[in-house]
Amino acid sequence: MARMKFICDAERCIECNGCVTACKAEHNVPWGVNRRRVVTLNDGVAGEKSISVACMHCSDAPCMAVCPVNCFYRTEEGVVLHDKDVCIGCGYCSYACPFGAPQFPSNGEFGLRGKMDKCTFCAGGPEANGSEAENDKYGRNRLSEGKLPACAEMCSTKALLGGDGDVVADIFRTRVLNRGKGSEVWGWGTAYGKPVQTSSAAPTEVKK
Amino acid sequence: MSAARALFGIAALLGTLSLSACSERPQTMDAASRAPDAQPWTASKDANPAFKAAGWKEGDKTAWEEQIRKRNQAQNDYAR
Repeated sequence: MARMKFICDAERCIECNGCVTACKAEHNVPWGVNRRRVVTLNDGVAGEKSISVACMHCSDAPCMAVCPVNCFYRTEEGVVLHDKDVCIGCGYCSYACPFGAPQFPSNGEFGLRGKMDKCTFCAGGPEANGSEAENDKYGRNRLSEGKLPACAEMCSTKALLGGDGDVVADIFRTRVLNRGKGSEVWGWGTAYGKPVQTSSAAPTEVKK
Repeated sequence: MSAARALFGIAALLGTLSLSACSERPQTMDAASRAPDAQPWTASKDANPAFKAAGWKEGDKTAWEEQIRKRNQAQNDYAR
């Protein structure tokens, strides 16, 4: 199995915010914290495009690189998770993330910044799979229940695809071939890297 | 003499015990400082079986992968 990835099809997203609602409901995300949100480009202008954005679980995650307490880890399935028992809520990851994924709930009487919270690809955290402790800290662990992220499974137009990277890419490719447009995948190159040009594709030097 | 020795022993023991609170916990940064995570297909006694999707066996990686692949195809409206 390939690693887990998200794709948002901007040709299909209708800005219904169903993914945002599904995420908040599934994980009991507190007020002020949005693990997923819908961004609209050129809002109100003809041809506007909407994209659902959350943690993309990057191949070379910048949040992991900058974390001073090393609270991030990557699972075998390529999901970037973090340990809230180790996180100190410094906020470095929020500056490093190109998607604005890390969120910080306000805690305590003076609205102190709490420990970082972000999309877990519905894979919970380091606590036992499906345990109450895991649910309290990170929300539901749908992957261990044999399910995929709630946002992708709930998407009514199937604009948001989430799961095995090869499978979601294949679904998207079929769509693009059928409709003949909209092949741009926003954030894909940033998160998973751009395709490397092979030597055979490179222009050959003509010898004289 | 033996009483004095015993007293000295007790005092040394008490001293060691009282000083143990002054020691520091190791705070080195390594992978061991973070709790290891279990694989998603492994069975957990803490999980509520009511939430588990039907059609795959816990602890079986191949069955879990097949379940995820099947579930993925539910997002493919060209395959329906």
